[in-house]
Parts: sequence; C-alpha cells; structure tokens
Amino acid sequence: MSLIRRRKGAEKDPKIQKDEDEDKKEKISGKVKETKAKKKWSCVDSCCWFVGCVCTTWWLLLFLYNAMPASLPQYVTEAITGPLPDPPGVKLKKEGLKAKHPVVFVPGIVTGGLELWEGHECAEGLFRKRLWGGTFGEVYKRPSCWVEHMSLDNESGLDPPGIRVRPVSGLVAADYFAPGYFVWAVLIANLARIGYEEKTMYMAAYDWRISYQNTEVRDQTLSRIKSNIELMVATNGGKKAVIIPHSMGVLYFMHFMKWVEAPAPMGGGGGPDWCAKHIKAVINIGGPFLGVPKAVAGLFSAEAKDIAFARAIAPVFLDNDLFRIQTLQHVMKMTRTWDSTMSMIPKGGDIIWGGLDWSPEDGHVPSKRKNKNDETRNGDGDTSSKKVHYGRIISFGKDIAEADSSEIERTEFLDAIKGHNVANATCQDVWTEYHDMGIEGIRAISDYKVYTAGSVVDLLHYVAPHTMERGSAHFSYGIADNLDDPKYNHYKYWSNPLEMRLPNAPDMEIFSLYGVGIPTERAYVYKLSPAAECYIPFQIDTAANDGDENGCLKDGVYTVDGDETVPVLSAGYMCAKGWRGKTRFNPSGIRTYVREYNHSPPSNLLEGRGTQSGAHVDIMGNFALIEDIIRIASGAQGEDLGGDQVYSDIFKWSEKIKLPL
Amino acid sequence: MASVLRLRKLYFVNPVKSSSMGLQSIEAHKSDNKRNVIVAYVKNLMQKKQDKDDKKKRNKNINRGQSREWKCLDNCCWIIGYICTFWWLMFFLYHYLPLSLPGFPVIDSPGAVLKREGISGRHPVVLVPGIVTGGLELWDGKPCAEGLFRKRLWGGSFTETLKRPLCWLEHLSLDNETGLDPPGIRVRPVEGLVAADYFAQGYFVWAVLIENLAKIGYDGKNLHMAAYDWRIAFQNTEVRDRALSRLKSKIEVMYATNGGNKVVVVPHSMGVLYFLHFMKWVEAPPPMGGGGGLGWCAKHIKAIMNIGSTFLGTPKAVSKILSAEDRHVALLRAMTPGFLKSEILGFQTLEHLLRVSRTWDSTASLLPKGGETIWGDLDWSPEDVQNCDLKKVDAHSFRNENDSDDSERKKCFQEQEPVHYGRIISFSKEAATRPSSELSTQNLEELKNSGGSNDSSFSCSDVWTEYDEMSRESIRKVSENKAYTVETVFDLLRIVAPKMMQRMDSHFSHGIAEDLDDPKYAHHKYWSNPLETKLPDAPDMEIYCLYGVGIPTERSYIYDSSYDKCKSIPFRIDLSIEGKGSGCLRSGMYFVDGDDSVPVVSSGFMCAKGWRNKTRFNPSGSPTHVREYRHKAPASLLEGRGVESSAHVDIMGNVNLIEDILRVAAGEEIGGDKIYSDILTLSERINLKL
Repeated sequence: MSLIRRRKGAEKDPKIQKDEDEDKKEKISGKVKETKAKKKWSCVDSCCWFVGCVCTTWWLLLFLYNAMPASLPQYVTEAITGPLPDPPGVKLKKEGLKAKHPVVFVPGIVTGGLELWEGHECAEGLFRKRLWGGTFGEVYKRPSCWVEHMSLDNESGLDPPGIRVRPVSGLVAADYFAPGYFVWAVLIANLARIGYEEKTMYMAAYDWRISYQNTEVRDQTLSRIKSNIELMVATNGGKKAVIIPHSMGVLYFMHFMKWVEAPAPMGGGGGPDWCAKHIKAVINIGGPFLGVPKAVAGLFSAEAKDIAFARAIAPVFLDNDLFRIQTLQHVMKMTRTWDSTMSMIPKGGDIIWGGLDWSPEDGHVPSKRKNKNDETRNGDGDTSSKKVHYGRIISFGKDIAEADSSEIERTEFLDAIKGHNVANATCQDVWTEYHDMGIEGIRAISDYKVYTAGSVVDLLHYVAPHTMERGSAHFSYGIADNLDDPKYNHYKYWSNPLEMRLPNAPDMEIFSLYGVGIPTERAYVYKLSPAAECYIPFQIDTAANDGDENGCLKDGVYTVDGDETVPVLSAGYMCAKGWRGKTRFNPSGIRTYVREYNHSPPSNLLEGRGTQSGAHVDIMGNFALIEDIIRIASGAQGEDLGGDQVYSDIFKWSEKIKLPL
Repeated sequence: MASVLRLRKLYFVNPVKSSSMGLQSIEAHKSDNKRNVIVAYVKNLMQKKQDKDDKKKRNKNINRGQSREWKCLDNCCWIIGYICTFWWLMFFLYHYLPLSLPGFPVIDSPGAVLKREGISGRHPVVLVPGIVTGGLELWDGKPCAEGLFRKRLWGGSFTETLKRPLCWLEHLSLDNETGLDPPGIRVRPVEGLVAADYFAQGYFVWAVLIENLAKIGYDGKNLHMAAYDWRIAFQNTEVRDRALSRLKSKIEVMYATNGGNKVVVVPHSMGVLYFLHFMKWVEAPPPMGGGGGLGWCAKHIKAIMNIGSTFLGTPKAVSKILSAEDRHVALLRAMTPGFLKSEILGFQTLEHLLRVSRTWDSTASLLPKGGETIWGDLDWSPEDVQNCDLKKVDAHSFRNENDSDDSERKKCFQEQEPVHYGRIISFSKEAATRPSSELSTQNLEELKNSGGSNDSSFSCSDVWTEYDEMSRESIRKVSENKAYTVETVFDLLRIVAPKMMQRMDSHFSHGIAEDLDDPKYAHHKYWSNPLETKLPDAPDMEIYCLYGVGIPTERSYIYDSSYDKCKSIPFRIDLSIEGKGSGCLRSGMYFVDGDDSVPVVSSGFMCAKGWRNKTRFNPSGSPTHVREYRHKAPASLLEGRGVESSAHVDIMGNVNLIEDILRVAAGEEIGGDKIYSDILTLSERINLKL
C-alpha cells in the first residue's frame, strides 16, 4: 500500500522534483541530461531508499532485541500469567536429585536429521548438510533434487545408486527438528540441570526411513547402540541404562531388545540376559505399539488429517498443476520407498481394532471428556449418541460408514484384474503405483466399500504391491497363536508386540507415557477423486461431517481420544493389559506402568508450545512428563511415581479386547 | 511505513509551494492538502516559465535548508538501500553461478581422483583433533551465561566473546588447583564430526579431509572424530569424561563392524600426544589404564598418521606460558601497541589470556621434551648446522617477500653470527649471543623457595595473575642477564607459574628415560612423552610423521623484562631486536625450519631416528615413515588457504597429504620417506642412546 502511494506521489510531481533537481544540477554542473536522470532517480532510487529504510529499522530492532536483557520476555510472561513454575530440572535439583542412570534417547520417525554424504550432481555443495531437519532450505531451492535424494530404491528399500544419505549422529540429531521447534532439547536441558552430560546421555540416531533390520545391515546402527549402552553402563559404575524411546523409536527399541539377545548371524549375540543386565527401564513416550490408523491413510493416499484439512480449505492448491509439482504424488512416491512407514500399520487386526460392527472404543463421546476431565466416567450409559463404527478404518462414503453391516453389499476386490493405464504418458514423470492399477482395479477397491484393520493390510497389498512386498519381509501385523513357533525367531516379528516375547528381565520396568485429550484419527471416509487418471485416485471425503459440534466425524475423519497421532488404544493397551502381570507376551513378568498426561493447550502465545501439552511431539516439553523421567533416571521405581496415572478409558477398552494372554 | 512515505511526499511538495507561492495560507493547506498540491503544482509550472532565473535563486535559498533535512536521514537510507540491494544481488548471483567458471582451472580433489582410480575406503578412520581446534560447549554455567546451554563457547562464531567477554573467560577457565571444572561450571567438548570440522565459519580444520574421505566411500559408520576436552590433562579426560574409554569402545566397534579391518588413526598436532597416551592407557591394567591387554594396539590399529606431530613439544608453549605470547600475538602487539594492553576498555587482554591459559593443563604437554640432549644447551644445538642457508636453497618455495631477504641471508651465513638455538629464553640480546662463560649462573633454587614472598601487597588491577604474587626483586634476579636452556627454563616456569607447574608435574613429564623398564614408567604421566615410553608391541603397526616444512618457525626467544610495579606481565618478547640483517633472528625470535608452529626436530625426530628400526623406544620395530610437505603459498586470493600449504593447520587442506592419507586408509602403499628438510642430519647430531 505504501509503495503504491509512494509511486503515485512520484508520478504526480515530476516537475516539482525537477525543480529540486535543477538545484542539484546547478550545484554539480549544467548539463541538460536532467530529465533522464530524474526519471531514473524516482524509480530505482526510491526503491533503494525504501529498502534502506526497512533494513535500518530491522537492524535497529535487531540491535534492541539483542541488547535487551534475556530475562525480559520472562518478566512479560510473568506479568501476564503470574510466576512461572520452575522447570522440572531446577525443581528436582533443589530436591537433591542427581544424575544416576545413563540415559539413551531413541528418536521417532521424521524427527531425526538426515545429512548427505554422497549425491548426484544437482546436490553439489550439500555435502554433510542436512537434507532433513534444520531449515529445509533445499526443499524450496531444488525440490525435485531433494525428493530424489530423500527417496530410497523401490526394490531394495536401501540407497539408490550414487546416493548416500545418512543419519546425523549425536544429540544434535534430534534435539531440534527445525530451528526453534524442539523435540528432545527441553528434556536434554532439564536432565543437564541435575548433572547429565554427553558421557551419560546418548542419542541413538538411526535412519528412520529404512526398515529396522536394514539399519544394522547398512549402518550397523544396532551394533553401535549395543556397544554404546555397554560402554555407558561400564563407565558409570555398572548402573543400568534408562531408555527413552519416542514414537516409532518405541518399535525400534523393541526390535533392538529382541535383536540384541538373538544369536549372531541375525541378531547381536548379546546372550539371553543382556537386557536384564543393561536396562533398568524403558520409558516409552507416545508409543504406537499397535500401529496408527494414520499410517494407512498415509500409505493409501499420502494424506493425514492436516493435509485433508488443508485440501478442504484450499481445494485447488494441492492438486495444482500450475507449478508442475504435483505435491502429493511426489510425497507419496517418496514415502512409499520408506520401509519404516509400514512398521506403523495397525497390528493385531480385527481383534484389536474392531470389526465391522464393534470396536473397543464403542460409546466414546469426545465432548464428554472435555467436560469431566477428572471425574469418573460412565461411558456406556450414553444413549443419545449414535453408534460409530470405528472398526471400519476405511469406508467409501459416509452412508457406508454409518450403515449397519448387514446392509452393505461388498464385492471381493482381491481377484479383480488390474487394468492397464493407457494414459501413463500424460502423467508426467510422477510415478505412483496407482498408474499400474487401472480403472478396473480402482473400481474394485471402492466396491469393497469397507475395510477393517485386518482387510486394510490386504488392501495395501493390492494398491501398493512393491512397497508391501518389501514391507512384508521386514514387518508383520498379526497376532501369534503360539509364540514357541520357531518362525517367530525371524526379525520381521521383532517389532510387533503381539508376535514377540519381552526379554527375560524381571527387574526391568516398562512405562508407557502418552498424552490424552486430543481428538486423534481413527477411521476415514474416502471417496474416489474426480480425475482418477493422473491423480491419486482416492482421497479423504472432507465433506463428510457429523453436523453435530461434538461429533466424532469431522472432515471425513473419525476421531477418538489420543495424542493427536496415536490413539489411546495403541499407546496404552500393551502396558495396561497385554503385558500386565505375567502373560504369554511377558513371560518374566516385567512390571508395566501407564502414565497419561492430560492435554491442556498453552494459555497464551508467549508460552509457545506449552508446558502441559499432550500432543504427540509437544509432550516432550510437558513438565509433568519430564519430571517423571528425571525421577526414574535418578533412581526412582515405578511405584515411587505413584504407579498408573490414567485419564482415559484405556482399562475399560482393554477389557473389551478378547486376546488370549 | 506508509506515514513515513507520506511525510516524505509532503516534503517534496512543501518547499516548492513555499518558494513559488509562499503566501499561501497555511490553514487552507492543512484542510485541503491535495487540492493545494495541485494548485501549487500548476502555479509553480506557470511561474517557473515566467521567471525561471528569479525562482532559481529563491529556490536555492529556501529550498536547500529544508531539503537538507530529509537529505541527511534519507540519503543514509538511500545508501544503505543501495548497498543492501547490491549485496543481495551479488549474493544471488554467487549462488546461481556455476561452480566452475570457464577459464579457471578446476583442480580435482584427491578424493575424486582416487575414486576414478578405483580406490575405495577399507580401513575405518579415527580423527584425533589437536589443541584449540576442537569445539567446547556449555552444559552448566553461572547466571551470566544464561541462554548459552549447549551453545559453543569455543569454536563457531565466538559471538559471546564480544558480547560478554568476562563471563566467557570465566567459563573457559579451569580450577587453578585441580585443573578440572570450577564449581558450578561444566564446559564439555562438542561430540561428533562437527567438533572440529570447521574451527570458525569458513575456517576448515578437518572438513576438507572428511569430504575427500567421503568421496571414496566413508560415512558416519567408519569415520569417527575422537573429540576430547583439549584444555585438561590427558588422563583427566578419562577421569572426568571417560573420553579414553569411549575412544576404545568406538575403535572396537568400528573394527568389529567393518569386517575386521584395522583402524587408521589420524591425529593432528597435540592429538599426536593424546593418541600416544591413549595407546599406553589402553594396554595398561584397569585402575589406571583401559585394560585392553597387551596386543590391543596390534589387533586394532593399522597405521597412525601423525599430522604436524608435536612429539617433542614446541618452544611456542614456553612463551605462551611465560607471557601469553607467540609470534602472531607479539606481532599484533607491535602493530597496535595500544590495543592489547589498553586499559581504556578496562580490559587487559593478555593478562586475562595468561590467567586463563595457565589453568589449562594441556599446554604443559607441549613444553619441549628431552631437555638439552634434544633441544641443545647454551652453546650447542642440533640445528646449528642448518643455520639460515636452508631457506636459501628452498627459496622458491617461499613467499615472494622472502626472496628479497635472500641476499641478506647470504650475508648472515657468511658472517657466521653465532646463533644459540639452545637458549630458548634469553633476557637481552647479549645473553643470547654471548659465549656461555660470560652468562650469569646464579642458582634459581633459592628463588624457588622465596618465590612466595609478596612485596606488592596490592595488585594494580583486578586481573590477577601469578606474577602479582612474585616479588619484583625475584623478577629481577630471574631475568638479569640470563639465558635459559630447555632444562633450566622449567625452573624459570616453576618460579613464575608455580601452581600450573605443580599440576603439570603430576600429569606430564619432559625428560628422557634412562631405563625404560623402571616400574615408575608405568605411571600415566610418562605416557605422552615418546622419550619415556615404549611403543606398544605391534610390529605391523605403521607410524607416519606427516608435517610441513619451509616456513620459519619460532625456536627461541629474546625477552625484555620490566620492573614496573604495575605491570602484570613483567616479561615481553623484545620485538625491537633484529639480527644483523639475518633472517634467523627477527623481532626478538630465532627461527628454524618447520611448519610455523612446530620445528622439524620435534615433528620428525622420532620417526626419523628415535623409533627407526628397533630401538629401546620401539622394541617391536614398528615401521616408521617420514613424509614432509614443502610449503607453497597460495598463488592468489581465490585459492583461499591454498591446496599446497604446509602451515600447521592449513596442511589439513594439502592435496598431497590428503592423497597419502586416503591411500593408506584404502590399504595401499604410499612409498617410503619423502624428505626436504635437514631432519636426518639434525637427528644424527642428537646424541641420544637408542
């Protein structure tokens, strides 16, 4: 606005300026060039003047900001909200807690940094620069180059030829994801207050794109973690390590525990009591033990709630051909080469996640939790709400999602012939496996109408054969009938808690710490996308809404209680029931504890991401959670923390799951 | 912003209006500005045509005054705007420029060349950084360091140095009694390759080598940076940080996960001594050592490629401890005499530096080792033969500026001015040149005992150095007409820096072992002195000494002492002393051949003679190789720090050195010795029982 006005002004009074210029010109010399010089002045020079003004102001502000005492924002905050509580590290230091057990962090998917070690020509000058994490500057500068380097080989799931992208090592790997967006940094800072430092803290960074066993095959990551834990235990006077995995790191560490005790060719050869000797406690934060429905949507159509929401607001933007970047297709192509995404497909099938007509969460009403946070709930008495079929993870059309199971007509899709897509050439270079499927295949899928956790795996096998073929060599999603079956010695079962036994370590403790109180994706309503030719043929039907303010269905997504990413069921079930006491999954009777943290959003902007958040990543800054971790790290047992701390219906829901234990 | 612009627009209008029709009513102008502008504009047009000359004069008078008002501020803005825009434009162009312009020859990096030859990485590589180059970060600090948690205090951009210098110094100091952390402060080394790839922005240390290693297939799993806190004594890195244990376990893992290929270790500068210490530690039994058992080194280490090795210490360390100076600092002092000791800022830089660096035990590890046998006595030194003509022979490899001194050097050679390199510290030039019989031979023992008496009870500034505790009388006695050899200089240091030397005595030793089987040599303080340890029993382990030659390197100093009560550091290098046209003595310092920091005798002697074949220091006969790199200054500014430099740190970018390291890492042979200096003759002159 101001620019326009300025230009107008400049146009309006060239003559007046001319006068002035004449003065100047008189002063300097008497040349006749004045008009030309004048015109130039007004355009370029006022631009420069403007830039100069902005720069000067900016620098001035920057200087003032830097000169300002560091504690000023704190004063402001305190003036508004009253005195802030001490950070847990300071508080517990005053209580006299000291660093005792060495601590190992296991970061989750996406949060760990990746850097380039060898690349194609387009990535010149990026050697040892972060491709993932940090500022993501390269994504904007050379997007296709970036996608090329972040993708893995679609056949092997390992490096494409000529490209080596490796995880960043050390605490810097995942302390901040992007500048200012903390992941582990707050926890690290608080641990440092009671005396932790680099020799007693270790970030088990791994390449989160590739399958767990491949991190050992390619980078020997599991061996390094083993040796590091051994070293830390040895150099800290034999005090056992406390492991803190987050998100997918939970599954990764389960894989590690099985790997390390397995005999040498496939495992680490640590012997049957390695875990008992080296691990005091595993504190799982936001663990997707049983997978997350989000992973299905991610693999199926590269969508999650956030993207679907963005699509609803700006329908053209994401599907846009204008920029020739077909964002979603690229993202999909890239993520489908990442084996690790398949580790989070819902596990346990219909027994855990519910069938066509029932699900453990039946009767859950989201609005109720908000009102009666701390009261005991009587969930089954609510008759007003209509029945929600959470078990139908994917349904085509809202009416199907709500219909009674007897009313749905389904046609089997597995036998349907995949047609050939004649229009391949029009789709530019964006290749997704959907192009091989053809219209017949797509129709067959939508005709099946409803998919539960069990059949969704078949669905993914059908739509993404390459990806799932790689995946099925590394991961399994079932429930073991007989854990003594020798086939369960294979590493593909090691990250599925329903197909493996916990190590024989009766003194070890397993905690499950997660946030509750945020609506979390549980099931999706899909529709065929209009131009099925070149696009991803399915998308979340964002028009499907409950109408009711407090309904579970919003923008085509059914939500339940959880931490925004992982439903309570997945995060809590194993510790609440599956491993509780002595079960066949937990033969040595490792004690388990469930610690839930109720979400309360930051009260104002100054608090940033809040100190009481329960969201999947933001929970890493939750003071209550950090306090618990510090207490355990300095020697406390689960009982000292007060045992379980539960706000959700997890125990009730667990009872509904009929799993032989 | 909008209002500013509008204001400016009015300025454009106003002066004209007042000049051409100055009687316009102000009220009207205020209420109906826009109309007025137009009116003014039109009238102005007419009037201008009518009486142009007249108007000009009036304009000149009135207009200038008001227009200057905006000129001042706006011109500033305008200039800044120009500069910024220009800068951005250049920046933009720079980023989009193809990396290789036609016309500039592109030198292929050694990594790329070797990759084309089909060479790929085989042995895991461990990098051991030296003193100063490793980054340090804050883990626990005083309130003044708030917000610096896990930020680099050392290395990186050093912004905090400028923002809160005193706080910064406080956090970098160690406890003067224990040589460990002061209470409430924890500063720890940065971990990983980032610890020392770049020292500061754009100033590479290991980055070039790492990049070349990556070209032949190395990445995080077979490349490790053994970062340690370079301020504290070597054994203390284990006591406090478990750094040695961590290094041991890292090497074991890399050995195991890389198919049993042994490790190639690349230490630089002080890292050479650190790794020597490590090798003894790892094979020593547990309470003091790592318990790896005999044969650990033979099993895990293929080769040690010591870069810029400081095996026998460096004279620079003496002057650093004595007066916090070396050549560069002293020259800086000469150029800007007011700056470093200026008290305008209330900040006595050198005094602070002296105080802080004396709390760092590691500097003591770099003091010259081997006493007069190696470094020469009052009358004799191994370098006597080389004199200055060495540089004449290699003149082509010097900077051009040195060529002009050539004739002078010749003169120096002809005149045969006696150069006593053995006198590491001499007070006054006479002491440096006079025959030894004329030197004062007062015994320092009595001073050592009376050193504590403090006659200047008040200190002149708040900067406390140990000099303040010394009586001025003893300073005079110490310095009067005296020359110190390597052995007696320790006595001098014991007087001026008693605390530090006390700590040093429990961590380092600088002598020569008579009998290596003496059980006392099992103590860790001898482990970093190659003249008091045996190499591990590893007949297949190769030891390389890779260092630069062809740069004048400090060897001994002429000091000046002042007895001024209010001068915290009473000794300074006497910069005014120049040799008789000689290149050997310049600005109060004698120079010999070396890599700018380390003289050849220190970097080369062990590999050239001390460990060559089977000696008592190398009982298993590990093969040793000497590889020298002749200095070639970068031809143009575009080359930056040069690809064939051999200065102490810049040598890490030397293509020949990198190629050698890459070949060894890939398991290839690189041939035997490559020698340009007089190291072999020098070694012959050293009369050491082997």
